[in-house]
Amino acid sequence: MDFTTLSISQIRELLKSRQVTAVEIAEAHLTQIEEKDKEVRAYLSLCPERALAQAKKVDESIAAGEALAPLAGVPVAVKDVILTRGTRTTCASQILESFVAPYDATAVQRLENAGAVILGKTNCDEFAMGSSTENSSFFPTRNPRDLTRVPGGSSGGSAAAVAANLATVALGSDTGGSIRQPSAFCDIVGMMGTYGRVSRYGLVAFASSLDHIGPFGRSVSDVARVLQVIAGPDPLDSTCAALPVDDYVGALNRDIRGTRVGVPTEFLKGLNPDIGGNIQKGIDLLAKLDCQIVPISLPHTDYAIGCYYIICTAEASSNLARYDGVRYGFRSTEHDDLQDMYRKSRNLGFGAEVKRRIMLGTYVLSSGYYDAYYLKGQKVRTLITRDFTEAFDEVDVIVTPTSPIPPFRLGEKVDDPLQMYLADIYTVTASLAGIPGISVPCGKTPSEPRLPVGMQILANHFDEARLLRVADAFEKAGGFGIS
Amino acid sequence: MAFTEKDVRYVADLAHLELTEDEVKKYLPQLDSILQYVDKLNELDTTAVEPMAQVTYPGSENASFRADEAHKNFTQDQALANAPEQGAGSFKVPSVIERED
Repeated sequence: MDFTTLSISQIRELLKSRQVTAVEIAEAHLTQIEEKDKEVRAYLSLCPERALAQAKKVDESIAAGEALAPLAGVPVAVKDVILTRGTRTTCASQILESFVAPYDATAVQRLENAGAVILGKTNCDEFAMGSSTENSSFFPTRNPRDLTRVPGGSSGGSAAAVAANLATVALGSDTGGSIRQPSAFCDIVGMMGTYGRVSRYGLVAFASSLDHIGPFGRSVSDVARVLQVIAGPDPLDSTCAALPVDDYVGALNRDIRGTRVGVPTEFLKGLNPDIGGNIQKGIDLLAKLDCQIVPISLPHTDYAIGCYYIICTAEASSNLARYDGVRYGFRSTEHDDLQDMYRKSRNLGFGAEVKRRIMLGTYVLSSGYYDAYYLKGQKVRTLITRDFTEAFDEVDVIVTPTSPIPPFRLGEKVDDPLQMYLADIYTVTASLAGIPGISVPCGKTPSEPRLPVGMQILANHFDEARLLRVADAFEKAGGFGIS
Repeated sequence: MAFTEKDVRYVADLAHLELTEDEVKKYLPQLDSILQYVDKLNELDTTAVEPMAQVTYPGSENASFRADEAHKNFTQDQALANAPEQGAGSFKVPSVIERED
C-alpha cells in the first residue's frame, strides 16, 4: 500500500485497525521525499529525527489504548516562515540562512499536540514576497503537475509537497494570496481563515494587518481537519480573535441547497477564457446543487492591487527593519562603523524583491508622502471592505477565479514585478477585507498543455464552516475534475 | 518620470540599504512603474472615508488581553544563540563611542 496518498481519515482508519504504524507512514514519506524531491525541490530542510520521535510517540499512545488524537500520525510540511524549535527557519532568505528557531509557533505546537508529524520546512519566496517561489534565495521549486512551471507562491514549497505526496497536509502563510494561489497552481486545496482566526505567534512577520497561517491539503476534509486544530484564541497573540471555533469537520458532507452564491461581475470582466470557462462550469455545478446564483458588484476591485501594495510594503518595511545583523541573522564582515554594518548586512542579506518592497514601503511612509500613499491606501481599504460587507448582506459566499492566469514557466515573469503583482487581483481583495477564502481545484484549462485552474470561494468574517461546507459539496459533486 | 535616481537613493538611505549604481538603475523604472500604477487610487474621492488599519473582531476592547502574570521566557543564552557576534552576555556591535585616552 502507498501510504503517501492517504487522506487524514484513511490514516485514522488504518491506525485504528492497526494495519499500519505512524512510524511506517512517516518513513514512507521520508523515502518518497528522498526519491522525488530532487525534481520538485519542495523542501528546504528536513527534520527526520523529530518526525520519527513524534511518530513513535503516536504509536505508543495507540498501543496503550489511548483515544486517537485528531491528527495522529499525519505527516505535515511547514513553510519556512513558521518557527519550529531547534531547526533552521530561514524564510528562504540569505539573511536568516543560519537562524535556528528558539521556540515553536503556536500552530506547530497545536499540530504536534494533536499527533501530527512534522517532516520538514518548505521553500517559499523570500519572506513570503512573491507569487512563484522563484524569489527563494536558495533555489526555485517546481510544479509537480508540470516541472517546467512554477508552483505559485509564496507558499510554493508547501503546495508542491502536498501535490507530490511528499506530505499529507502542509502549513503555509497567506498575506495577499500566498496559500490560495499556489493551491490553484498545484491543483490542491488551500485555505486562509478570517484575519485573527489562527494564531500567528511564531510566524515571521511580513505585513501584520494581512498575515495569516493556513492549511493545504488534497481534499476539503483534510484542510478542515487541520484548521480545526490550529484555529482559536491564543494568549501569545493579541491579534488572534478570542472567539469560539465552529465545528469545521461537522460542516462536511452536508447539502448546500439554498446557499446564495455571489458572482462579482467585475471579477469576470476581461478574464482569460481558459480560466473563465472553467469557473463558469464551477458556478453551473453549484447551481445544480440548488444554490442560488446571484450577480453582485464589488465596485472598488480595480483599486485593490494598488491599495494592497501600499499597505503590505509599508508594513513590510517596518517589520523587516529588525534585520540589522545585531541580534540574529547575517552580518557583513566588512564595515567601517555601526551604520555601515547595518547597511552592508541588509544589502547583502536581502534579495531583490525584498529590497524593492522595503523601498516602496519606506517611500509610502516617508515624510511628505504618507498622506498621499499610506493614508490614501488605508481609506481605500475601508471602501474595499465595505464592498464585501454590503455583498454579504445579499449572499452567503462569493465565487471567483483564484488566479487570472494558469501556472507559468520558470523565469517567464521574473523581470516584471508589476505584471506579477497584477495577477494577485482576486486574492488580495479578500486579504484586505480580512474575510476567509479557500481555493479548490476546478478542472484543467481546455487547451494543451492542460493546466490546473483554481476556484476561490469567499465567505463573511468567521463563517469558515459555511465556506468549508460549500467547498466540500463542490468536491463531492465532482467539481475538482470539471471539464 | 516622476520618481528619480535621487529618490531611489533617498529611500534606500532611509531603509538602511546601500545600493550599488547598477541596483539604482535597475530599481528606478520598476519603482516608478509601480508608483504610477498606484496613483490610480487618486481617482477615488476619499475625503469622507475613515482609514482602517486592520480588521477587528466583535468583542470588548480588551478581549484579547491575557492575565498579567509573569511566565518563563528565554534564558540569556537562548536569546543570544543566534547572534552573529556576542560577548559577556551581550550582543556585540562595532564601537559607537570614541574612547578618549
